[in-house]
Amino acid sequence: MTTDEELSRIATSIRRRCVTMCRGRGQGYVGQGLALADLMASLYFDEMRRDPTGALHDRFILSTGHSAIALYATLGELGEYADEELATYGMDASRIEESPLAGLPGFHITGGSLGQGLSQAVGFALGDRLRGSDARTFCLISDGELQEGQIWEAIMSAAHYRLGSLVLLIDNNRMQADGDTAEVMGIEPIPDKLAAFGFAAQRVDANNLPALRAALEATRAQSDRPHGIVCDTLPGKGVPTIEAYEKVHYVRAGDDVWAQALAEIGSTAGVRHASAE
Amino acid sequence: MTADVTTTHRRLRETMPALLQGVTQQAPFADALVRLGRSRDDVVVLSADLSKYTDLVPFRTEFPDRFIQVGMAEQNMFGIAGGLAKSGFLPIAVTYGVFATRRAFDQVAMALATGVTGPAIVVAFLPGITTPFRATHQATEDLALMRQIPGMTVIDPADATEQVAALDAAAQHDGPVYLRGLRGLVEQRFAPEGFAFRIGRAQLVADGDDGAIIGMGLGTAWALDAREVLHQGGRSLALLDMPTLKPIDRDAILAVASRHRTIFTVENHSTIGGLASAVSEVIAAAGLSVRVVPFGVPDTWAPAGSIDYVRTGLGLTAEAIASSIVAEGEQA
Repeated sequence: MTTDEELSRIATSIRRRCVTMCRGRGQGYVGQGLALADLMASLYFDEMRRDPTGALHDRFILSTGHSAIALYATLGELGEYADEELATYGMDASRIEESPLAGLPGFHITGGSLGQGLSQAVGFALGDRLRGSDARTFCLISDGELQEGQIWEAIMSAAHYRLGSLVLLIDNNRMQADGDTAEVMGIEPIPDKLAAFGFAAQRVDANNLPALRAALEATRAQSDRPHGIVCDTLPGKGVPTIEAYEKVHYVRAGDDVWAQALAEIGSTAGVRHASAE
Repeated sequence: MTADVTTTHRRLRETMPALLQGVTQQAPFADALVRLGRSRDDVVVLSADLSKYTDLVPFRTEFPDRFIQVGMAEQNMFGIAGGLAKSGFLPIAVTYGVFATRRAFDQVAMALATGVTGPAIVVAFLPGITTPFRATHQATEDLALMRQIPGMTVIDPADATEQVAALDAAAQHDGPVYLRGLRGLVEQRFAPEGFAFRIGRAQLVADGDDGAIIGMGLGTAWALDAREVLHQGGRSLALLDMPTLKPIDRDAILAVASRHRTIFTVENHSTIGGLASAVSEVIAAAGLSVRVVPFGVPDTWAPAGSIDYVRTGLGLTAEAIASSIVAEGEQA
């Protein structure tokens, strides 16, 4: 088990990486990266299991393609991407694309066409069942993706097939491209809807590490119901300058803003982790 | 690298398939799928509430654990298939062509044509005008859509033999394959013994000096019958069967086009974006001065009714194709 203090330090380091990645070009999905840092730290450094070689036994499926920054930064924390390469985020000729296609380390699927990830996560989970594996599949979508009909097809099928190994994580940041989710197309009450579809549903403050730990632990119980966690997040979390940013869905800013953001995060980075042990 | 047209023509003549007459097979896809399931335990078949209508019941019965029913949800089906493919299974997602392409195009493109390095098969039934319903069920532009997807292999079998051979070839192919399906009682034009099918390879079915036809899918069967009509009238046409629309067999097209002034294409599909287009692209790119005369569904929603009625309305009966070829020949 990784302690809350360690997870906090890792999450802070992930945040620094997110800001540093955006600083090169002066733009990026930093709000999402900061919001998800605590969840990603909890998943990759505590909840998801690894085999004796250090390879992940459980699986993370990113449906929200433009939240890739959070995954890059987390994998950077694990040494799977070098800092020098992460610094090319979004640049021409870089493979660190803002919304990449499948095939990069850690990116099992193409997530950018929103609403498609959960179906593929169901496919992975059904495959695990067929081969007798107890691997768990964690799939991250955003609240806006709940507006896509395919998500509900996938939710229906996960419950129908009693995929207790599947954990749906909904980044409930309450914003989408055209504005506040509640104004664009309201999707609450999400836990009630998940429960009505047969999921074991929770809601958690996903910027609170102990609360996240408890919520994720609750999904470990043997169950024939898939799990759904509405992860309430704050875009830009941990960096007041970004939290206050008006267009936090996609941030374009001068270098002074990025420098200020790094200063606000503090200097707890610098720890590299060879594995989640 | 384009092979010498003479060499290619010689090879095509030496590998012509044996033809059958008046032979049919009941549900050849169903049997082939069961055989595949017995030989490989990584085969997983998916259906979106159409298993009874896409010849899946024998597989579903013998391998219930490897049959995944998703209900009426094609987008989800191709997503699940993508997840299975990326975790090492061979998914075979089966539905009607219209739903696989119009309704779930983005899912087929993103979930099956990115990140999939092993085999993954979409089987699309009710190709072209093989349904009495109109545009809701007639997949007349599916091949054009699928041809646009990078890395997608597109196959339209002509008969039971080609259907079975194409399924086996697709299962051996690394990367996504869109395979049209023929259900129920299916004509068997090619003798299965010694039948050689390779993805991306056309086969010469008949040779002749009075023109050339390139057929695809049921278009090949229609062209065989049209060729017979013409043969009785004293004309001998070459017929090239082109089951793989993508990757297209450039060498075979050029070998035939280099020997004829006009190429007639016959397809159970729109004349926009399918065989006629692909053949024209090859001929134009090679700089050949050869006319391409397309037979297929014109730029319209095809009428409803039996396939004979629809073929009659669209000028796609053997007699209509034959007389059009004669008329074109007299103009040439």
